[in-house]
Amino acid sequence: MSEVAIRCENLSKQYRLGTQETYRALRDLISSVAAAPFRRRKSVVQNGYLWALEDVSFEIKCGEVVGIVGHNGAGKSTLLKILSRITKPTQGHAVINGRVGSLLEVGTGFHPELTGRENIYLNGAILGMRKSEIERKFDEIVAFAEVEKFIDTPVKRYSSGMYVRLAFGVAAHLETEVLLVDEVLAVGDAQFQKKCFAKMNEIGKHGRTILFVSHNIAAVRNICEEAVVLDRGRVIAKGEINKTVDQYLAQITVEDIEAVETTNFIVSSVEIKTDDSPIIKTFDRVEIRVQFEGKSEIADPGLYVSILTMESQRLTGLDFKDFTSAPPLRAGETCELGFTIESLPLLPGTYQIEIHLKDMARWLVEIVPRVYRFEVAETQVYGGRKLTRWFGNVGLRAQAFSGVRNSSKAQGCSN
Amino acid sequence: MIRIEPASAWPSIGLRELWDYRELLYFLTWRDLKVRYKQTALGAAWAIIQPLFMMLVFSLFFGRLAGVPSDGIPYPLFTFCALLPWQLFAHSLTESSNSLVRNQNLITKVYFPRLVVPLSAVLAGLVDFAIAFVILLGMMLFYGIVPGSQILALPFFILLAVMTAMAVGLWLSALNVQYRDVRYTINFLVQFWLFATPVAYPSSIIPARWRVVYGLNPMVGVVEGFRWSLLGKPESPGALVMVSTVVVIILLTGGMFYFRRMEQQFADIV
Repeated sequence: MSEVAIRCENLSKQYRLGTQETYRALRDLISSVAAAPFRRRKSVVQNGYLWALEDVSFEIKCGEVVGIVGHNGAGKSTLLKILSRITKPTQGHAVINGRVGSLLEVGTGFHPELTGRENIYLNGAILGMRKSEIERKFDEIVAFAEVEKFIDTPVKRYSSGMYVRLAFGVAAHLETEVLLVDEVLAVGDAQFQKKCFAKMNEIGKHGRTILFVSHNIAAVRNICEEAVVLDRGRVIAKGEINKTVDQYLAQITVEDIEAVETTNFIVSSVEIKTDDSPIIKTFDRVEIRVQFEGKSEIADPGLYVSILTMESQRLTGLDFKDFTSAPPLRAGETCELGFTIESLPLLPGTYQIEIHLKDMARWLVEIVPRVYRFEVAETQVYGGRKLTRWFGNVGLRAQAFSGVRNSSKAQGCSN
Repeated sequence: MIRIEPASAWPSIGLRELWDYRELLYFLTWRDLKVRYKQTALGAAWAIIQPLFMMLVFSLFFGRLAGVPSDGIPYPLFTFCALLPWQLFAHSLTESSNSLVRNQNLITKVYFPRLVVPLSAVLAGLVDFAIAFVILLGMMLFYGIVPGSQILALPFFILLAVMTAMAVGLWLSALNVQYRDVRYTINFLVQFWLFATPVAYPSSIIPARWRVVYGLNPMVGVVEGFRWSLLGKPESPGALVMVSTVVVIILLTGGMFYFRRMEQQFADIV
């Protein structure tokens, strides 16, 4: 089992900056050819390029189930795209032993006009299955997706749930030695997600190598044995899942996050932390701090912070002006507003913080165009068992009690 | 074992891998046809309507009114016999040129030899061709023309038409990913090319000393080949076809290499 499944050596990928500019017009070519003699070569290569991956080297053994974690833009998806041969590395190389199946998106190549049956064949072929293989697994796929009745209906008439189930069903039956999975389990309802996790676990148990990318840290912990942590295109940690993920989470809570701009504000950092530990646990005393400056004078600064689930369901919110008022802010002056929460009532899982900044004097409200994720660590909340989705997101400081009442009294109550 | 390496300047054409993915090629072709026929009211009839109407228009304006010569063959048959390979070519060219951009969701999410995409667009064109071909046979019956042994050469001319479409389609589809302007030039190119090809007129009206130069347009060889093998035009277009074939082989080989080279960046720029 110690045979190497994936080996990356100094993988690097360079992208041109400005993600919006996807293709060039002919006139750009003409003008750049015309300008070529006057251009200094070096500056063009250096400016406007971004290393999405830099010197990434690691080895994954056969049968390992490895999670790849990191912020947005850390290079997770780029790494998966290179390993699944969709895009080429700029430098370095990688070797993969065995067939590779990649699941970068659920339902790639599904055509709305075609029926469920037709799409299974088409999607299977696109994912690299042979026709005979699809035929053999056809019934299994249909049963997994629970779409028996609608198998000859065009998928454009499917509900989104059915669509996702069918798409994942095909993908889950890929029998490659190496499987690359990107964030696809984030779709579908809770029950189906559970089914997908179970299927993934099953796949992992069959000795196949899985590389799994997800923002859902709880899912990564659940499925994976090992983790690779990426940060700004580099591998910063690799090892046993819980240790590595804890280390990563501890790091993101103290790390300075890059500044984000809105029309009138610049947010320099958003933090949520506890005093005594790098990891946030249910019922911890936590502080949420937001540092920002106004681009012009802000006469009456305001802040609204809300906490959302990963499915963007708003759990709760806090508005600064309900508590107190903040002093006026001169242009370019940084201020910090925040809240102390005595006992964070969130069950283990990943959440996101959404920020609105305001200038009450100008009736100005601006939403910060990114969310800040944080993780409430997996700990024993009630009794020590692992809480499922049935418990929701909110933690209650509760005690259970019991008592025996005599039956005649109980009868008296009901009368 | 799969090796992943940086883009190389001279990648191989990868025919073996293409062969491994033949089932995907089949499914993509099948999808294109199925979807096209499902979404249109007339379905497969479109494969016939287009060349049929062009034949009517050409027969009326060029054959009847302008009195364009047709080498002694009834004009409608003369032009329809040329319209078939022409439609095959024009359709395949247009579809394959746009194919990569149209399938960008596949290209950015799954790996497979990218050649499959324009190839499947061309193959779908062949099915339309086969349907329209039945009409041609009916017309030949109507005019009482029985092809001789030259008909054995017909598959070669079909192949030549497909290869021409493929060659130009590969260049244009790869260019189209990078420069979206290409899309707007395709219609123009196809129209222009139609008049540079002896569809509405015979190549015999071109002075003999220019005919070899004329053959540099590979569709000239294809169209004349079709007329020769099906309608039994006496003189064989040998020299023309030779020139056309050589041009196609050069174009196709170049197109394949260019495509393979650009393919390595498709997912990044499409």
